[in-house]
Amino acid sequence: MLEAKNITIRYDARFAVQGVSLRVEPGKVISIVGPNGAGKSTLLRALNGNVKSTAGEVILDERLLRSHTRRAIAQRIAVVAQEADVRFPVTVFEFVLGGRYAGANLTAWGWESGRDIELAQNAIAETELAGFESRLMNELSGGERQRAVLARALATEAKIFLLDEPTANLDLAHQATMLRLIRSRCDKSDSAAVVVTHDVNLAAEFSNEVMLMKDGRSVAFGSPREILTEQLLKQVFGLQVLVDAHPVSGAPRVTPVHEMRSGPRA
Amino acid sequence: MLLVIVFVISSVIGAQRLSLSGALCALTGKASCSLSAEERAILFDIRLPRILLAGAVGTCLAAAGAAYQALLRNPLAEPYLLGVSNGAAVGTMVALVFFGAHEWGRPVMAFGGAIAATFLVYRLARGRAGASPERLILAGVIVTTFLSSAIVFITTVMDATRIRSFTFWLLGDLSGTTSSLLTVAFIAAAVGVIALVMNARALNLMMLGERDAFDLGVEIGRVRLIVFAAASLLVGASVASSGSVGYVGLVVPHLVRLSFGSDNRLVIPAAAIAGATFVIVADTLARTVIAPRELPVGAITALIGAPLFVYLLKRGTAAVV
Repeated sequence: MLEAKNITIRYDARFAVQGVSLRVEPGKVISIVGPNGAGKSTLLRALNGNVKSTAGEVILDERLLRSHTRRAIAQRIAVVAQEADVRFPVTVFEFVLGGRYAGANLTAWGWESGRDIELAQNAIAETELAGFESRLMNELSGGERQRAVLARALATEAKIFLLDEPTANLDLAHQATMLRLIRSRCDKSDSAAVVVTHDVNLAAEFSNEVMLMKDGRSVAFGSPREILTEQLLKQVFGLQVLVDAHPVSGAPRVTPVHEMRSGPRA
Repeated sequence: MLLVIVFVISSVIGAQRLSLSGALCALTGKASCSLSAEERAILFDIRLPRILLAGAVGTCLAAAGAAYQALLRNPLAEPYLLGVSNGAAVGTMVALVFFGAHEWGRPVMAFGGAIAATFLVYRLARGRAGASPERLILAGVIVTTFLSSAIVFITTVMDATRIRSFTFWLLGDLSGTTSSLLTVAFIAAAVGVIALVMNARALNLMMLGERDAFDLGVEIGRVRLIVFAAASLLVGASVASSGSVGYVGLVVPHLVRLSFGSDNRLVIPAAAIAGATFVIVADTLARTVIAPRELPVGAITALIGAPLFVYLLKRGTAAVV
């Protein structure tokens, strides 16, 4: 459904992304993991055309991405970026309804139809924000806001989700809930997701494939079990880690091993 | 509704008071009313055009203010703060000095000046990471002060007899109405407000960040162009016909948001109506408080607007930058 072929993105003399390819297929969750400045977010942004690639092509539904209109792209691809900065008194409901911009069935007066409203309400319920509809976005906590951003993406009815650090502001319980939501969308409704994350363990738990990135290049790509190895993680992060199996899920579990000279600090 | 009431009241009071029943009767188009010929002339030739112009100017400025605030993601954005009005003022003055004979010269040059100033401020404010609200305000201050000196320069080279009327006009003056200016202001108000309302849904998203709006399917380049052009048209028309009436574009959208929320599909038309009401009230005050002498309407809107804005800021409703 979505494919990046040999993407290169250059800012002046610096290469942010160099020759990376990626195939997004229905039902798959792909995580992109790597150190800060590896080009993960830039690559993600290129997948819906928000960042222009210097070389290479992005292909959506067998056509060049740039041959689609913005509206058509937005109907297929939803983005969950790091939380929005809201300076105006916008309610959670209005914010989530914004997700219907590209796909709305407008009434003659330019207002969203009952179906659009229903989709927004469902998304609010799914992200556990029911009861928050008339609260103002700038009065919410960071985590609540982040969930509203996810709700807006769910309300679009897009089949491809691009998520940039979707769990950064969430507590433990909500991190799992949000990723489970994305996971189950991908399993049930031929959707797919690309997730940029720093949380290697969540990536191991929820993704079908993991891409390790460093200095703008894809270092390794494969199943979590193939990719999240002590050797590869040391190569990418420069950090000694211990990888064992998660006692419940069996997914790889990564524990950083810090050099401790005199035992753990009290 | 309020607009209609204000309209009627404003047409009755003034240096020469008219009877309410007589004016109402005449306004509804009846021929046999209790007004004398002189009173009819005051009502239809002097007062009515002026009230209509005040309404059009208020509509233009308030709708443009709401649009600038949404587009620039800055609750403090306002035609005057951004230097757009000064741009239009310089355009108008150039038109008056060089093509004084052409009636259409003023509005066309004002529109040109407004668009040039908008473009300049936007380019100055735009850094690599986009235009931050802080940069935007700074760019607005730079352009405003630069254009102010241009205005001073033009005023100085003009002959002394015209200086007083110019100073008056610069502060916002509705007394120089002509029927062609009125027509221009009405057409501009209608075209501008319709263009803005048609893009209001896109503005709702751009108000929350251009990158997110892009992701959600907004053609941001096209929307930005249309909104800048429509807002410049509104400001240009209002400055050409009445000079610099300040604070309307700042205060009216804020008050409207307090009661209607932030959806621009409501905010822009509501601000258009509320702006008309506000300027008609202000102009009625301007021509009555020290009658038979008159104040520039801009002085009144600033006197009402500035304290109100300070109050809004303190209440925290004007999400501080």
